[in-house]
Amino acid sequence: MKILVCISKTPDTTAKIAFTDNNTKFDTSGVQWIINPYDEWYSLVRAIELKEADASTVIHLITVGTADAEPIIRKALALGGDEAIRVNTANADSFYIASQIAEVAKQGGYDLVFTGKETIDYNGSSIGGMVAELLELPYISLATKFELGGNKATVTREIEGGEEVCEVNLPAVVSCQKGVAEQRIPNMRGIMAARTKPLKVVEPSAADTLTAVASFELPPPKAGVKLISPDNVEELVRLLKEEAKVI
Amino acid sequence: MSVLVFIDTNEGHVKKASLEAMTYGAKVAEQLGIAAEGVVVGTAKDDLAALGKYGVKKIHHVNNPALDHLDAQVFTKAIAEVATKTGAKVIVFSNNVDGKSIAPRLSARLKAALVSGAVALPDTSNGFIVKKNVFSGKAFANISLNTDVKIISLNPNAYQTIAGEGTAEVVIADVTIDTPKVKVTAVNKVSGEVPLTEAEIVVSAGRGLKGPENWKIVEDLAHALHAALACSRPVADAHWRPHNEHVGQTGTAIAPTLYIAIGISGAIQHLAGVNRSKVIVVINKDPEAPFFKAADYGIVGDAFEIVPKMTEAVKKIKG
Ligand SMILES: Cc1cc2nc3c(=O)[nH]c(=O)nc-3n(C[C@H](O)[C@H](O)[C@H](O)COP(=O)(O)OP(=O)(O)OC[C@H]3O[C@@H](n4cnc5c(N)ncnc54)[C@H](O)[C@@H]3O)c2cc1C
Ligand SMILES: Nc1ncnc2c1ncn2[C@@H]1O[C@H](COP(=O)(O)O)[C@@H](O)[C@H]1O
Repeated sequence: MKILVCISKTPDTTAKIAFTDNNTKFDTSGVQWIINPYDEWYSLVRAIELKEADASTVIHLITVGTADAEPIIRKALALGGDEAIRVNTANADSFYIASQIAEVAKQGGYDLVFTGKETIDYNGSSIGGMVAELLELPYISLATKFELGGNKATVTREIEGGEEVCEVNLPAVVSCQKGVAEQRIPNMRGIMAARTKPLKVVEPSAADTLTAVASFELPPPKAGVKLISPDNVEELVRLLKEEAKVI
Repeated sequence: MSVLVFIDTNEGHVKKASLEAMTYGAKVAEQLGIAAEGVVVGTAKDDLAALGKYGVKKIHHVNNPALDHLDAQVFTKAIAEVATKTGAKVIVFSNNVDGKSIAPRLSARLKAALVSGAVALPDTSNGFIVKKNVFSGKAFANISLNTDVKIISLNPNAYQTIAGEGTAEVVIADVTIDTPKVKVTAVNKVSGEVPLTEAEIVVSAGRGLKGPENWKIVEDLAHALHAALACSRPVADAHWRPHNEHVGQTGTAIAPTLYIAIGISGAIQHLAGVNRSKVIVVINKDPEAPFFKAADYGIVGDAFEIVPKMTEAVKKIKG
């Protein structure tokens, strides 16, 4: 079993969101970078668990990004995984990133490609599906459970108002979210081991970009909360009906 | 030429999010001076012609019971063929679970630029630019779609459904249907409740409720409002409530018209999943709780006293 886990770098969840260059660039000053939580907590940990269950499993991590993504991919390696691949290019758009991942996946002959549900900065929820299409593989998105039995995966995925269980023969692409695994904290042994694990840098393949960010904007500030006395709950309900018109 | 809307169904019934997508698609078609059409995949139990009132002129029905469950690969190929035949310039999805599965595949297949999580109509004054949510609802990005065919995946609850007049012509789509490789073996629905991502009103509670045995007051309020239930992450982690109710950065992101937060502090990771709600009501005994900064209405007080009173008041006002 050979698994490719897609790892992206995102600003820390508490990072201040601001923009520069006439609102065309994210202001990275003072921003702490983390592994995208969906990649770290769910897909990576589930891959590690599969390796713990079957030692012949090989896990490769991939990130598409410039050299400043290296601390992130090393941190991911400290959690687990055998080697990492960094495609050395700036992130242009989802299709471009997906094309890079698909190219590496094609050459590596993986049984399984894991992505996170979405990046918490771009919120695309797109790259897994694009990679699957480029590889002409089945895609199961928003997995909440993932089990392997030989060459068959049994995956529980979210649907509106519930979940469904599905089966698919590998190879396949799966996007992971909460439920697939439990968050782990890297230990000292993992951190030491990560230093010597191979981190291959490959140059990007030719690929198109289909979109561009024209500008960013912040939502207008809230008007401020209207406080209602705890002795007058009926007034709140009246306001919701007559003023806000939401009930 | 057309604007093609993917009309998503659940057990044969058109999802609410698709009504929004059709209304939006019809408006985009009007902007471009072309017609809006729809595509339905799988068995349909609703009267498809009646969907004309949301502005779609023609519906292509890929009527095959083998496609009653989603296999994104098979759906994508069928939709791509419909899109090509109708000369679709813009393809609209709802950015719900099915949309998140299919739209990116279709984007890669057609090499059509995709914007997912759109919140507004395209600005066509200079190119084709669509506003989307980024940074988990903390900001917007205006995305320029630079290909001839474009795909927009519209956030649920971001665009208001408008029902007008008209009927759509329904045609059976003659497309390739591959055998699904994803086999659905069980469907587990939380029966009788409003799906969280589709709900107009969401009643949510946090650690302030002290324990799972206290949820009755929350459920009663939700019931009175026909609302879906949600909770903060520690509540789901402690198994007080099922995981599918967890909202926030790492749970489900929602955008209801009304979000009522009871005994939730309003941590930034929680807000990330709910800050797109139109109106936020916060009930918290701590006046310093950060949630009040994001709220429209608030009551500083004890949830155990306020929530039952609120339920009574709602029942009264609703008659
Ligand atoms: C990377 C990361 C991701 C995360 N993702 C999420 C996420 O997706 N969703 C999420 O919710 N959290 C998430 N968290 C956790 C988040 O930071 C908070 O810890 C969590 O939201 C707090 O939950 P809470 O408000 O229910 O509990 P608490 O913070 O304990 O707050 C309880 C609140 O209840 C109030 N209260 C107590 N008693 C009463 C009473 N009788 N009446 C009224 N009010 C009362 C208190 O004043 C307090 O404000 C994440 C954290 C991290 C680090
Ligand atoms: N630059 C990247 N390098 C590797 N994987 C990525 C990158 N960006 C996104 N991904 C993967 O794709 C998933 C979905 O990203 P997105 O479509 O941007 O929401 C993430 O959770 C990652 O697993």
